[in-house]
Amino acid sequence: MNLDAKVPGGPLEDKWDRHKKDLRLVSPANKRKFDVIIVGSGLAGASAAASLAELGYNVSCFCFQDSPRRAHSIAAQGGINAAKNYQNDGDSSWRLFHDTIKGGDFRAREGNVYRLAQVSANIIDQCVAQGVPFAREYGGLLANRSFGGAQVSRTFYARGQTGQQLLIGAYQALERQIGKGTVTMYSRHEMLELVVVNGRARGIVARDLVTGEMQSFAAHTVVLGTGGYGNAFYLSTNAKGCNVTAAYRAYKKGAGFANPCFTQIHPTCIPVAGDFQSKLTLMSESLRNDGRVWVPKRAGDTRKPADIPEAERDYYLERKYPSYGNLAPRDIASRAAKEACDDGLGVGPGGRGVFLDFSSAIKRLGEDTIRERYGNLFEMYERITDENPYQTPMRIYPAVHYTMGGLWVDYNLMSNLPGLHVIGEANFSDHGANRLGASALMQGLADGYFILPYTIGDYLAGAKLEAVDTSHQAFRDAETEANARLGKLLAIDGTRSVDSFHKELGHILWEKCGMARDRAGLQEALARIPALRAEFWENVKVPGSAETLNQSLEKAGRVADFLEFGELMCSDALIREESCGGHFRTEYQTEDGEALRDDDRFAHAAVWEYQGENQTPVRHIEPLTFEFVKLATRSYK
Amino acid sequence: MKLTLKVWRQPGPKATGKFVQYSTTADEHMSFLEMLDVVNEELLAKGDEPIAFDHDCREGICGSCALMINGAPHGPRKATTTCQLHMRTFKDGDTIVIEPWRAAAFPVLRDLVVDRTALDRIIAVGGYISAPTGSAQDGNAIPIPKEDSDLAMDAASCIGCGACVAACPNASAMLFTAAKVSHLGRLPQGQPERDRRVLAMVQQMDEEGFGGCTNYGECQEACPKDISVENIARMNRDWVRATLSDRGEAVASAGTG
Ligand SMILES: Cc1cc2nc3c(=O)[nH]c(=O)nc-3n(C[C@H](O)[C@H](O)[C@H](O)COP(=O)(O)OP(=O)(O)OC[C@H]3O[C@@H](n4cnc5c(N)ncnc54)[C@H](O)[C@@H]3O)c2cc1C
Ligand code: SF4
Ligand code: FES
Repeated sequence: MNLDAKVPGGPLEDKWDRHKKDLRLVSPANKRKFDVIIVGSGLAGASAAASLAELGYNVSCFCFQDSPRRAHSIAAQGGINAAKNYQNDGDSSWRLFHDTIKGGDFRAREGNVYRLAQVSANIIDQCVAQGVPFAREYGGLLANRSFGGAQVSRTFYARGQTGQQLLIGAYQALERQIGKGTVTMYSRHEMLELVVVNGRARGIVARDLVTGEMQSFAAHTVVLGTGGYGNAFYLSTNAKGCNVTAAYRAYKKGAGFANPCFTQIHPTCIPVAGDFQSKLTLMSESLRNDGRVWVPKRAGDTRKPADIPEAERDYYLERKYPSYGNLAPRDIASRAAKEACDDGLGVGPGGRGVFLDFSSAIKRLGEDTIRERYGNLFEMYERITDENPYQTPMRIYPAVHYTMGGLWVDYNLMSNLPGLHVIGEANFSDHGANRLGASALMQGLADGYFILPYTIGDYLAGAKLEAVDTSHQAFRDAETEANARLGKLLAIDGTRSVDSFHKELGHILWEKCGMARDRAGLQEALARIPALRAEFWENVKVPGSAETLNQSLEKAGRVADFLEFGELMCSDALIREESCGGHFRTEYQTEDGEALRDDDRFAHAAVWEYQGENQTPVRHIEPLTFEFVKLATRSYK
Repeated sequence: MKLTLKVWRQPGPKATGKFVQYSTTADEHMSFLEMLDVVNEELLAKGDEPIAFDHDCREGICGSCALMINGAPHGPRKATTTCQLHMRTFKDGDTIVIEPWRAAAFPVLRDLVVDRTALDRIIAVGGYISAPTGSAQDGNAIPIPKEDSDLAMDAASCIGCGACVAACPNASAMLFTAAKVSHLGRLPQGQPERDRRVLAMVQQMDEEGFGGCTNYGECQEACPKDISVENIARMNRDWVRATLSDRGEAVASAGTG
């Protein structure tokens, strides 16, 4: 497997500019002769589709929802980072770069991360020009706030609906191109196979989710912007449709899957209420700007929070991490909450919760200011829990939120499979082992607006691509394969529902490969998952047919992929004998319980290569070298 | 709590539909969609096909979920999507009628799932600011009064769910379209295309088969995001202004969607 990252040499600040100079161009007259398939219409996919169509390429865009506007990106609440230094608090591309590398526990590529920090400023400009109504100060200038893991105010936001507004900006740019006929949109279409011809990605097979028809689409290059796989855990903050299918099928066709064990757990979610629970709701991390996290000092203290005096409360984040306090990064805040609950100090039903308390902020700033800042989040919390957070502290608990692993890509965002580009959360990204808040939106839009439009031209200008259309045998084979899989799922006619398998898998992954992992647990998971998968293929019940809108069948296909992918996650976690970011192996920690990295053995991205059905995949590595920052222990104390 | 459900079942776009009655037991902490998940598991266990319904984020923001509950889009709670509606809103022994959005422009695909792509086509003819990637000036180059940007945000918070259409006796898409027109029209960046935008979007709305607005105000009542009918008045003013300034040619070149 060729893992040449293609990061240009030379000074960090000049890499991207120099690279842009070297990238080959496609002449305007030739651009429309190139067909580009983009799977996904989230921030990454929609921004890429709109930008490439503006350049003149012939674009087809796919999503499984009924409209591109409903992609999971719509749900992001808190904000997007950019190194604008509008607040004059000392921010710079360098500082954003440094925070991101450090926040990711030194498991990201320097060159990529610096570029991300550099283009972040353009993203805000682009979005403002599109009409994204970012929060403003009374003077008319853009407002900022801070987010976990940063000591500067560099987060831009649109109330608690930042993802929605950014996506609507990109969606509108996309719709504009659809209106002009330069993008053909296929909504309610699910990609089920990647088609490879002569070693290059040349198309996809997708199912029309309304008619059930299997269709082939050929192109010169394929872009995946299909999001993350957090739903492998069943309960997560992800939208219900989020899945790993597209990335996993590409993996099976030869694309390397990098760092599958890196999952981000978000510290501020509404705790689980019962067995029927279908998803977990995130409360934006921005709440930690004003909310203080605490638990009672005494285990089993069932008094109302207001009746617990100050002296009997443990503001554990402020105590343990005085310089960041409640704004400690996500992995640290999550683990600290779990520890408090494991020690029996948790609050609420089942003791799986900690308080997020706004009473001192309300005293200091007044209820109106708090309402102005977080009103819609408070409302959402009340709607779900029936408790009023203006009067009593919120209860929060960590939940699976984001996945840093994904298909491996080089500096040009191309996987090791030529012609397959991967953007946004679907690639293994620039976040390392842990993603800081407000940086996924930034990365999705950086990839789609400002990086891919340059690098894809280089690929198309340089590759000698023969004419391929959907009559090619590779498409027939891929369609046959996809149809056979659906047929098989429908034919099993067992007794257990798809959801019951998904829940069981999710339970294994959360317990054994969640916030904390150890060797024995991972080995147990690696024994239980194949058994569960075997039962799935013998006993799942999928009603209906493949010729209609069949939501059970859609779910079954996604869960089938999760059942294979879950094993890859655990294998990856087992081999990585260190703790870093969202990957915490309990065997590897310092005396005071902090993550213990092993840079000598693991300063690399682990990239898995598929070897065929029931074969153990091969683990390759891309060594990570740190030329510009010093590898240091991450400390937020 | 014990519930009786009367659910619209329709196997496909051309098939005839009918109400089917189910009984189930729900927990008050469940969301409405979680209650349906449980019903679907029960149907599956009996060998029946589960009820098809659209949903994704389950956080009230994607606009996917779309159920007519006891005659009200998204159910009885004000400013609340179906996915954010909790069973504590209902009482033990209640009968709940669940239907798809009903509007000629929203054909039923299956059970409770309808086709709302007409809303996308309204956006495609002009619901945007033409700002190609890479040419933007600094974001702070044009200060925008906080009030304007707040009002733009109010309108921009529309989730495109179509409840306004479903609630309207005329099946009008005025609130949805007006929200977009207001969002972009409140911002300095939206001014150059303001006239052609409103003309093109209103024309497309008619072509899609949505009805006209006769001021019932049901849309605002049903809107899960509290979008105000004031936006409709603004859109009408903009439309009149645009028509009077005779920019007809702009519509012709705005694309067909
Ligand atoms: C509740 C929540 C809050 C968040 N808040 C923040 C925040 O404040 N700041 C921040 O930076 N990040 C935040 N994030 C993370 C961020 O929203 C996501 O990482 C990011 O939006 C992912 O964008 P994307 O374009 O890569 O993928 P997505 O938006 O997930 O889009 C995936 C697209 O791929 C399509 N797709 C997937 N599979 C297929 C298939 N097989 N066939 C066809 N189409 C397919 C989908 O239809 C969709 O269009 C948040 C995430 C959540 C869950
Ligand atoms: S205006 Fe309200 S009801 Fe209509 S689509 Fe938008 S959010 Fe839904
Ligand atoms: S499921 Fe997204 S708004 Fe209800």
